[in-house]
Amino acid sequence: MKIEITEQKRPVLSEEAKAEIQRVIGHYPEGRQKSAILRVMHIVEEEAGGWLSPDTMDMVAEILSIEPIEVYEVATFYTMFNLQPVGKYVFEVCRTGPCMLVGSDNIITYLENKLNIKVGETTTDGMFTLKTAECLGACGYGPMLQCGEEYHEYLTPEKVDELIEACRRGEIKGNKVV
Amino acid sequence: MGRKLLLEHADVPGIETFDVYRKHGGYRSVEKALKTMSPEEVVEEVKTATLKGRGGAGFPAGMKWSFIAKPEGVPRYLLCNADESEPGTFKDRYLMQYIPHLLIEGMIVSSYALGANQAYIYIRGEYMFVLRIVEKAIAEAYEKGFLGKNILGSGFDLDLSIAPGGGAYICGEETALIESLEGKRGNPRMKPPFPAVQGLWQCPTVVNNVETLATVVPIINMTAAEYTKIGTEQSKGTKLISAGGNVERGGVYEIELGLSVEEFIYGDEWCRGIKNGKKMKALVPGGSSVPILPAHLITTTANGDTRLMSYESLSDGGFASGSMLGSGGFIVFDEDQCIVRNTWNFARFYAHESCGQCSPCREGTGWMEKVLHRIETGRGNMRDIDLLADINKKIEGNTICPLGDAAAWPVAAAIRHFREEFEWHVTNPEEAVKRNYGMLKGVTA
Repeated sequence: MKIEITEQKRPVLSEEAKAEIQRVIGHYPEGRQKSAILRVMHIVEEEAGGWLSPDTMDMVAEILSIEPIEVYEVATFYTMFNLQPVGKYVFEVCRTGPCMLVGSDNIITYLENKLNIKVGETTTDGMFTLKTAECLGACGYGPMLQCGEEYHEYLTPEKVDELIEACRRGEIKGNKVV
Repeated sequence: MGRKLLLEHADVPGIETFDVYRKHGGYRSVEKALKTMSPEEVVEEVKTATLKGRGGAGFPAGMKWSFIAKPEGVPRYLLCNADESEPGTFKDRYLMQYIPHLLIEGMIVSSYALGANQAYIYIRGEYMFVLRIVEKAIAEAYEKGFLGKNILGSGFDLDLSIAPGGGAYICGEETALIESLEGKRGNPRMKPPFPAVQGLWQCPTVVNNVETLATVVPIINMTAAEYTKIGTEQSKGTKLISAGGNVERGGVYEIELGLSVEEFIYGDEWCRGIKNGKKMKALVPGGSSVPILPAHLITTTANGDTRLMSYESLSDGGFASGSMLGSGGFIVFDEDQCIVRNTWNFARFYAHESCGQCSPCREGTGWMEKVLHRIETGRGNMRDIDLLADINKKIEGNTICPLGDAAAWPVAAAIRHFREEFEWHVTNPEEAVKRNYGMLKGVTA
């Protein structure tokens, strides 16, 4: 995996985020705060605009009183964490078997053409990032994609158009602009 | 109409809230177990019910519970495996999303049986919206005195919380799940020691699937004697089946074990046949890891018996002519689907998801993906088909965890039953590429 280091200041955590972090750390016995790492990374990533820079990961390490390397090794193992900046909306299209059988590759191609980007890229206006994902657990309702925490199922080109328009109108929750 | 033990009230409006759930008989099993049964009696009941693990492996849950070590002064943990990532499987999400209190109820009774005062649900990170639903339900259960200190005045304490993953199929393997819950990369551990002896933070731990824990509720409520009246000789009770692929009506269904596969695929109550009036070509009955079967072997076994939805019937004939019930993820292929393309797709999945710890899996899954891609895109030769079988043998049984086997089985089965299709790709490369042109878009390999 290629990791380019991009300048990014540490996010300023909101009060809600700080309280949430304390709450989830409290789920584990004294001294086992490292167990909260994935949840904390999800929270911090959201606060940081949808991705984790090395600097932001160092901040996670400080929050959990662990070494930065312990955060890096986790961040590079789990596919949900973005280690490069992403657009305001990240479309993750499921590409695995059951979705493929009902036409997920057509949806991927359609999105590539519509947004004029390839999988893994972000539109020049910074609005959309297109990714593929392995099975997202919606196999009976495919093709599907995940955007933020929402699942969009039974996709057709028309539904994809509607989704893109809804994003442009600001009706879908996107990444924070930081 | 089959009996429903888990999803009976799943359609009731507001069933995700404590009050509505309680009104429909919710949390009765907690009252029964904590007030009238000893932990050992609960374990015995689950053993007698012969409840098989619903995550995929089918290991008897009661037996797993009875292995838990009980050293003095050491905490025990119950972990719920909600990392559901097996392609074709989405039943646990359905259960947690629509009837979250059923899982919580099952976990209270199970923790009581195990003597665990702390339990965690490990849910895949992509299900964050489900995590929020379950977390809300957990808060309600605390508020109503079903979680926390001295539950229902029984003296039994239980804390329960939910933790997300970060996108890694391997964390559904129980020791990888434990590693992940300790805040590390999801690399499976060598066994022994088994989690029942040294699991989370080296303490005795039991890891059970969502549906397994939920099923404890009806077993306690109706008694094992009644529960075992449902199902077949070796497969008792009901099972959640997730149906996807080219069926008319995909979704999650609760079936009584022993329903015929044909009835499930074509029956009005279930999948209602193949989409667009097409014929069924093949089916994977237990999530992507289990062997694919051609249509003729899915409705009847090799000896001509009706194939039933049960552990024993789906595996009838071994891997030569049978498969496995696995996680109950039914993936249905219509007559137009290309088996090579699908096999490559699954191989890509396993190559992507291999944790990289064991060389046979790390290298082998990548090889298989590349060789299958070569065949799929019309650049293969006949030797490649045997090469796949060779790689397969070198992965199977040579890795710490079963991901290697899970990657090898679907490839072996596809070649076993559809060899002529692989050969056709080799001898008709141009047509193969044309037929599957769509698949070449978005290829990352």
